[in-house]
Parts: sequence; C-alpha cells; structure tokens
Amino acid sequence: MDSMNADTAEMREQLIEEVLAAYPDKSRKKRQKHLAVAQPAPADDPAIASKCDGVKSNIKSLPGVMTIRGCAYAGSKGVVWGPVKDMVHISHGPVGCGQYSWSQRRNYYTGTTGVDSFVTMQITTDFQEKDIVFGGDKKLDKVIDEIAELFPLAKGISVQSECPIGLIGDDIEAVSRKKAKEIGKTIVPVRCEGFRGVSQSLGHHIANDSIRDWVLEKEGTATGPQPGPYDINIVGDYNIGGDAWASRRLLEEMGLRVVGNWSGDATLAEMERAPKAKLNLIHCYRSMNYICRYMEEKYGIPWMEYNFFGPSQIAASLRAVAQKFDETIQENAEKVIAKYQPLVDAVLAKYRPRLEGKSVMLYVGGLRPRHVVTAYDDLGMVIAGTGYEFAHADDYKRTGEFIKEGTLIYDDVTGYELEKFVEKIRPDLVGSGIKEKYPVQKMGIPFRQMHSWDYSGPYHGYDGFAIFARDMDLAINNPVWDLFSAPWGEKAA
Amino acid sequence: MAALRQIAFYGKGGIGKSTTSQNTLAALVELGQKILIVGCDPKADSTRLILNAKAQDTVLHLAAEMGSVEDLELEDVLKVGFKDIKCVESGGPEPGVGCAGRGVITAINFLEENGAYENVDYVSYDVLGDVVCGGFAMPIRENKAQEIYIVMSGEMMALYAANNISKGILKYANSGGVRLGGLICNERQTDRELELAEAMAAKLGSKLIHFVPRDNIVQHAELRRQTVIQYAPDSQQADEYRQLARKIHANSGQGVVPTPITMEELEQMLMDFGIMQSEEDRLAAIAKSEARVAVPA
Repeated sequence: MDSMNADTAEMREQLIEEVLAAYPDKSRKKRQKHLAVAQPAPADDPAIASKCDGVKSNIKSLPGVMTIRGCAYAGSKGVVWGPVKDMVHISHGPVGCGQYSWSQRRNYYTGTTGVDSFVTMQITTDFQEKDIVFGGDKKLDKVIDEIAELFPLAKGISVQSECPIGLIGDDIEAVSRKKAKEIGKTIVPVRCEGFRGVSQSLGHHIANDSIRDWVLEKEGTATGPQPGPYDINIVGDYNIGGDAWASRRLLEEMGLRVVGNWSGDATLAEMERAPKAKLNLIHCYRSMNYICRYMEEKYGIPWMEYNFFGPSQIAASLRAVAQKFDETIQENAEKVIAKYQPLVDAVLAKYRPRLEGKSVMLYVGGLRPRHVVTAYDDLGMVIAGTGYEFAHADDYKRTGEFIKEGTLIYDDVTGYELEKFVEKIRPDLVGSGIKEKYPVQKMGIPFRQMHSWDYSGPYHGYDGFAIFARDMDLAINNPVWDLFSAPWGEKAA
Repeated sequence: MAALRQIAFYGKGGIGKSTTSQNTLAALVELGQKILIVGCDPKADSTRLILNAKAQDTVLHLAAEMGSVEDLELEDVLKVGFKDIKCVESGGPEPGVGCAGRGVITAINFLEENGAYENVDYVSYDVLGDVVCGGFAMPIRENKAQEIYIVMSGEMMALYAANNISKGILKYANSGGVRLGGLICNERQTDRELELAEAMAAKLGSKLIHFVPRDNIVQHAELRRQTVIQYAPDSQQADEYRQLARKIHANSGQGVVPTPITMEELEQMLMDFGIMQSEEDRLAAIAKSEARVAVPA
C-alpha cells in the first residue's frame, strides 16, 4: 500500500526545484520556504507519521502571484459569525464585500429565513461617498433601527467591518453600545477589516475575540436549561451541508448532551451558555482554538481535538471523547461504533475496490488538508500532496499525525505552483476550491470541491463517510474522463 | 488667453496660508487676472476674506444633503466675491470623523467635471496644514496644481513643514510635472529670519519669492473679513502683496523639482545659524543647570 519510497520523495524535491525555477530570484527564495516534502518522523516522536513542519506559514503572500487566500472579513463574517443563525450580520461598508460573500459557505440551519433565521440573507450598510467623507456611524445607527423593526425575532446583530471602516476610523464600538441599550439586544462590533493580517486567519482570531468580549463577558446572560454532567460544546463545525448534524447525532447517541454547536446552525443563546459545558470538542482547530483556550483559562473547561472524517478516525475520536467521561459513556461509545460498523463495511465493500490506490492532491483551508486525509486512507487512496491556505506552524506540526513521508507539502500555494504540481503529478483526484475546479478538470483530472463539498455533504460522521465515498467514486470513475481525448487525436495517457 | 495656471498654497498650520493667498490673489485681480479659489480645508475658511463672509455652502455638505455629489450643480457651490473672484470650498466632516482627504478628492473631481476651470486664468488651491494623507496631496497630483508656493517663517516647525511638503512635491514631480514655485516667508520676527528663509529656499533648490513683513493692519483687515487690498488699498502692506502677486505672475514656468533635506541637515542648518545648540551642548547645559539646582541641599 505504501507507495511512497525514497525515489518518490526525491522526484518531489526535484519537482519543487523545477517549479521554483520560473520565479525571479527574490520570489524564488521566498516561495522556497513554503514548499517541502514530508520528512521521516524522528524516532523519539511516535505520535507522528512524518515531519511536515518544515515549511514556513502564516506569512504575507507575494505581490503578483495568484494566491487563493481570503481576507480577515472573510474569516470573521464568512466563517465564524455568518453561520450564527438568529443574529443579523451587517456587512458594514460598501456593498461589494457583502454581495460577493453572500451565501458562500453552505452553512445549513433550521428555522424560517427572514423571520427567526438570517444566515442566507445579505444585509449591508451600502456605503456611499458621503459615508466615507462624513463617517458611517449615523448610517450604522439607522440600519440597526431598521433591522430591529424588520426582524423583531432576531436575537442580536454583529457589525462586520469592511476595509473603509478602519481607514476612516469610525467608532463602531460606541454605536454598538448605544444601540444595544436602545433596542435591548446584543450587538457585537467586529474589527475584521480586510487589510488586517495576511489571510482570513486573523479574521477568525478577531471574531473569536469579539465573542469573548461582547458575548461571553457580557453580564446577565447565560440563561437556559440546568447544566448537566454530560454537557459538551461542538466548536469549529460550521455545518457545511449538514456536517454538524451528522456529528452531534453520534455524540448524542453515546449519551452526551450537545448544548452548543459553534457556529454552524448556532443560536446566540448557545454561545452565551457555552461556558457551562463540561468539555469543548474542537473540530476546526485553526479557526476556533482561541475561544477554547479562553474558556479553559477563564472557566476551566478542558478542550480536545477530534476528527470525524472516515471510520478509523471517527472510532478513535469517539473513544477518546468517551475517556473524558464515565464508564457508561465509554460503553456507549463502543455500542455506537459497533452499530455503524455494518454501514462502514458496506461502504468499504462497495467503494474501496473502485478507489483503491487512486492518488489525491488536496489544497484547502486550515483543517481539512490533514483531517480528510484519513477518510481517503480508509478507502485505500493515497495522498500525493496537501497544503493549507492559512495554516500556522502548529497546524503543520499536527499534519504529520496524518501524512506519510514523501508527501508534497505546499503552503499558501500560488495558482501557478498548484497548476504545475497537478500537471506533473497527474493525480487521480484533486480536492480544492471553486477557483481551482475548472482548470483542473480542463487538464482531464477529476475534481471535488473540498470547501463546500461540491454542493453535496455532509462528510462528517458515519453518514457523511458514505456520502464522501460515493462522491469520490462519482468524480473519479465518471465515464466522461474516457472521452477526454478527441477520437482523431492521441489516446489519453 | 494664456494657458490656465494652477497654483497651490501649502504650509504649516496657522502660518497664514489663507491670509497670504487671499491677499495675493486679490492683488492679482488688479493685474487683470480672472481667478478661481478652491479651498481644500474642512474648516472652509480659505475664501472668507474674498467673500467677506464664511462660505456656507460647501461642495461636500451640499452633496451630503442632496444625496450624492452627482446631484449637485456648479452654481450651487460657486460663489463670487471681491472683484469677481470665484470661490469654492470643498468642506468636509467635523474633526474626528470620516475622511476629509477623500472629501478633497471628491470635491476637486466634481469641479473639474463640471467645468469650474473654464474662463479663468488662475486656479488657486488652499490646502490645510500638512500633507497628512493622499487626499490632501490631491492638488499636487497629475493635472492639478503645477506650481506650489510654500508659506513659511523662521520658526523651526515651519521650516520642517516646508521640507516635508517638498518631499510630497518631489514624489509627484516626475509623474505629474508639479514644481515648487518658491517659498513665501510670512514674517514672525524670529532670529535672522530673512537669511534663514533664503538659506532654506537654497537648500530646497528653490528661491524665496517674497518676504512679507509683519504688519498689524493684516489683523485689522482680517477682523473685518477683508483682505488688506480691500480694507486699506493704499497701505504699505497692500503694496507688499502687490509685489508678491507680480512676482508670482512673472514666475510662470520657473518652478523647480525640490531637493528636500534630512532632519539632520535641517538641524545642522539651524546650528550653523547659531539659533540651535548641538545635542551635546544642550545636554551639557541641562546637566549644568540641574547640578546648580541640586547643590544647595
């Protein structure tokens, strides 16, 4: 199975050199630090399968390259705050940022849109020239009044700052405080101006901090059901295509009570009472570790990472979570694993023979480049390369837990580099985003969007794994790829 | 008709830019020139002495009232003052909110697009204190002012500001063709002021256009919202402004690309003039005086 050998590693090193050769000296020197091949794990570290932290990360992208990254506003509005369903999220500034980020992430939720839920709506202050020159505070004030009148069931409002807010120095905190008093609801100002930081990652951090300062530290909140001994929060699951629902089902089946789900399908009340839980389970470590660390420090709530992609990691995660509770829960965990084993067996029996040995290249955000790897492993597929848009050093360290040596690693990959890597490696599947989808398919290589699950999902949990396996099969074994070469041309390789 | 001359007055805040420019422009009218003044200061006080009143209808306030700048007509904002000098104020936000720099850009674009520059010989921009951001550099960018006159005095911070403004001019000199017309020294009666102003002008590769002596009559005129040209046309001071106006009028095409100096060079110049101590001397003097205070204990 392990097709990675020294030869492959050496070929990948050569490939990196080849791709870098196209750059001018200065750019080559900089990009060199972001590209590497996973090295053998040191003997004294049994926790990892390979050493992946040889690359630099979380550094400003080079001017002139096509980076795939987003901005701080995308990180806050698009990722962390946007899915909180019973709040209205104002895109504060000119109309474009809100318009083009509208409904991008497929965060599923229950509720009636426009009445008590607002995730797929686009609300903006639509700045005009005069708002820039004279300041936009008055307009924000007015929009908040309009929201209070139009959506009486909204539980709160967040103000997502676009670039101009920081440039002209509007005091959105003062407006938020004043209006919160007037309308009697939570209003959260978020300083996530797009020019801050090097990627969407700082936006996640800023959004986490705003939850800390304007939700958790607010007095007189946290009403709700009596806290219980099995209360947990799911943190960093955005319910893409229903992921969080597939996840909480398993946790609830083993006897735990999921009191909060951040932030897919979340309510403001869930966030407010999160500090009463016994344990925080974090899926997307990159975007929400900050608030977990804060809750640990301030309320003494332990947190742990888990992985619900693919049956091996699901079972390992369920057992690890159960270890934090009593024997009943531990027994229940085994029962849950046993209950789903027939489903797993059926999925593997059907799809593994069709996917075994197929190679995959991934390029996603801050978690999936390592977390989905094991789901592919379970199907017998091989990861040829993986990389993150906005990971930090601690993410690359963790990547080694899931990645075999010899795997190509690329951080903040440029459009050019990714295209060259794909062209040379010619994997059987590429998993990345919408911008990458069509160039790759035009090369004759199957593709799946791994941010949005390509309008499918969920991929989390056992139910998600069945869908994941089916989708990968659909992409790879689609008969269309046999028609890629023109009948009068040469046969495809 | 000669080509349109676009000039701008820059200088440290409070140096007397608006007073000097309005007096000079009033004198320029006597030379038969048709003039448009564009006030680029949110305080909107660049045309007060010409209009004999503070301008009420600024471009930006009217634009905000009507919805957007596109809804505005030139007649709404163009006022005619002393001897048919046309006046416009960009206006802008209250201190501490919004973006005044963006306001200046908006206002100047509006004036250009609506033909405010037709049928005039001179457009004069009066820009607030220092070039704090891109918006206030607008008048020195491409196709705007070609000649910059820096109003300064013998005070250190005025010299410092003059040097900074020169840096701004240098930045745009190659792309837009803006030039430094010269320095205008507004006398503050500091030590060796005339020599210092001339030395500074030389350092910048430019010249001192005129040394305007201090005269309280300027204040008397100002309190009546008038230029000296209007209030006391026969006074000595009115003639000073007439001289300045003639020199500027004759200065067409004489501008230079300035050669700004470093802070160290500026301080060295002040030391050479004996009006500033070197750092060592100053520290020694402080130590000495403190030692004196300490002894009696």
